[in-house]
Amino acid sequence: MKIQARINLAGPILLVLLLFAAPLVIPIYWVMILSEILIMGLMAVSFNLLLGYTGLLSFGQGAFFGLGAYTAALLLQAGHDNLFLILSAGMLVAFLGSLVIGFFSVRLDEIFFAMITLGFGMLFFSIAHNWRDVTGGSDGLPVFSSPTLNLFGNQLTFYTPNSMYYLILVSVLVGLGLLRVIVQSPFGLILKALRENKQRVSFVGGNVKRLRIAAFTISGTFTGLAGVLFCVFNTMATPGFMHWSFSAKPVIMSVIGGTGVFLGPLFGAGIFFVLEQIIIQFTENWMFFLGVVLVPIVLFFPEGVFGTLLNKFFKQEIK
Amino acid sequence: MEYLLLNTLNGLSWGMLLFLISVGLTTVFGVLGVLNFAHGSLFMLGAYLCMQAMQYFDSFWLGLLVGPLCAVVVGVLMEKFLLKQVYGRDVSFQLLLTFAVLLILDDGVRMIWGSGYHVVDPPVLLSGVMSVAGQDYPVYRLFLILVGPLIGALLWSFFHFTRWGKTIRAASFDNIMAEGVGINVPLIYTAVFALGTWLAALGGALAAPQQSLVPSMGEKIIIESFIVVVVGGLGSFPGAFAGALLLGLLESFGTEFAGRMQMAIPYLLLAVILLVRPHGLFKKGV
Repeated sequence: MKIQARINLAGPILLVLLLFAAPLVIPIYWVMILSEILIMGLMAVSFNLLLGYTGLLSFGQGAFFGLGAYTAALLLQAGHDNLFLILSAGMLVAFLGSLVIGFFSVRLDEIFFAMITLGFGMLFFSIAHNWRDVTGGSDGLPVFSSPTLNLFGNQLTFYTPNSMYYLILVSVLVGLGLLRVIVQSPFGLILKALRENKQRVSFVGGNVKRLRIAAFTISGTFTGLAGVLFCVFNTMATPGFMHWSFSAKPVIMSVIGGTGVFLGPLFGAGIFFVLEQIIIQFTENWMFFLGVVLVPIVLFFPEGVFGTLLNKFFKQEIK
Repeated sequence: MEYLLLNTLNGLSWGMLLFLISVGLTTVFGVLGVLNFAHGSLFMLGAYLCMQAMQYFDSFWLGLLVGPLCAVVVGVLMEKFLLKQVYGRDVSFQLLLTFAVLLILDDGVRMIWGSGYHVVDPPVLLSGVMSVAGQDYPVYRLFLILVGPLIGALLWSFFHFTRWGKTIRAASFDNIMAEGVGINVPLIYTAVFALGTWLAALGGALAAPQQSLVPSMGEKIIIESFIVVVVGGLGSFPGAFAGALLLGLLESFGTEFAGRMQMAIPYLLLAVILLVRPHGLFKKGV
């Protein structure tokens, strides 16, 4: 039990130290890849609050990623470069968007929930794609400035890949930390109960609809944070973020990593990107090989790669 | 007036193609309980294989016959080796597995035939235009409008009047009971998936002369056929027909009343139907 607790704590601390030290040892190219892994990892972990914890398969997560990204792009284009303003505005817009979509979607289950979130996501995609005056249409919104942070009187900017990486790392860690607290709270426990049996939750007095909306908006808000970070990192917001094929990414990452473990989707994102990098070394048809790798993972690793490993070596209790 | 006629005909011909794809999707869901994300890729595969067979035999009609049958082989392998493993498992596993197949098929087609587009000519018999109420209209599209209901009627009779059709319906109602009375359920499942694949591939082969072939052609149609199937009611046959016609007509008239936002119409329809009648137009609630 004691050893178990030590492992539980040692793993994440080691991971954080490695992430902070990474830019000192790995080449710039991989720092950029790592930045992308962290952002998509945050999206996947927030997405998994729905799939892994609440038992809801959302196919419209890209909508909130896009809302965050477009909010950041519009603010930066308008000359507002205060980092806190951009982060909180992006999260606020994603929160409002997920509140509305969640309000309508959570009354449905399973495949119907997946379909309605897909529908809403594509609705947002159509708007972003066609409302050229605001969103730039299919070209997207380019961003030419980088946000600034006023820290104890020092004006920080994030133009170099390394400073950008640390900005992303700190934001993602804060996001993950908050999500971790939420998951371990009594509220997180109720979400798991919802996944197991929503009738029983409702019998003991839980308001299923309100709980699900809460889970949906929390997930959407942190996905919005990931979207803001990606816009700043990528200096671009495009309608592609809201397309269903983008919404499929957190699903893939979660299932690769494991939906049953909190950090599973983050590792899923890592595996996804590293796999992509390896495959494009020798062929441009990387989707083909992603498919080939996905098949055995879906068939033989029901708890995901990370989940299965944890289970095997540490007898870690899976949720 | 002529605008009304043209848009109606366009809507009907697109709707009939959508129906062919959706009816396969909905049958597979009704019997196997799997919503196949790769269904659009089978549609695309049908189009490419039809093109290939046409080049080989130098006949559109033989291409229409042979192409979809080759796609069925792929479908049967997919069911036997992959889908079989996830029956009754969580929806996310099924969607993801079929999504993986989508990636493999789309990129596989790109490797074989390249990512550029290909064009297939309609057969001589169906090329050119024909006068409909004083309007010139492509003969091939009129042919599509006729073929849709024809195949629909054949399928309906198959399911209602033949022994095989009745057996399949029995297996979809209660597969354990069907197994108990001596029906070979795994065989039925494979056969139904083969039928669904054939319908999708046939739709692709029929679509080939009226749209250019690109590896991503399955992605648009899979989402639209999801919408058709959900709007009509998952597993419902008449639902797929009505849903496909509704979506086809809405889309062809959409540019008139929604302008640039016509792209959003199918998704709006999906969301509204799911909110008002979550089980679709043609299915009774649970």
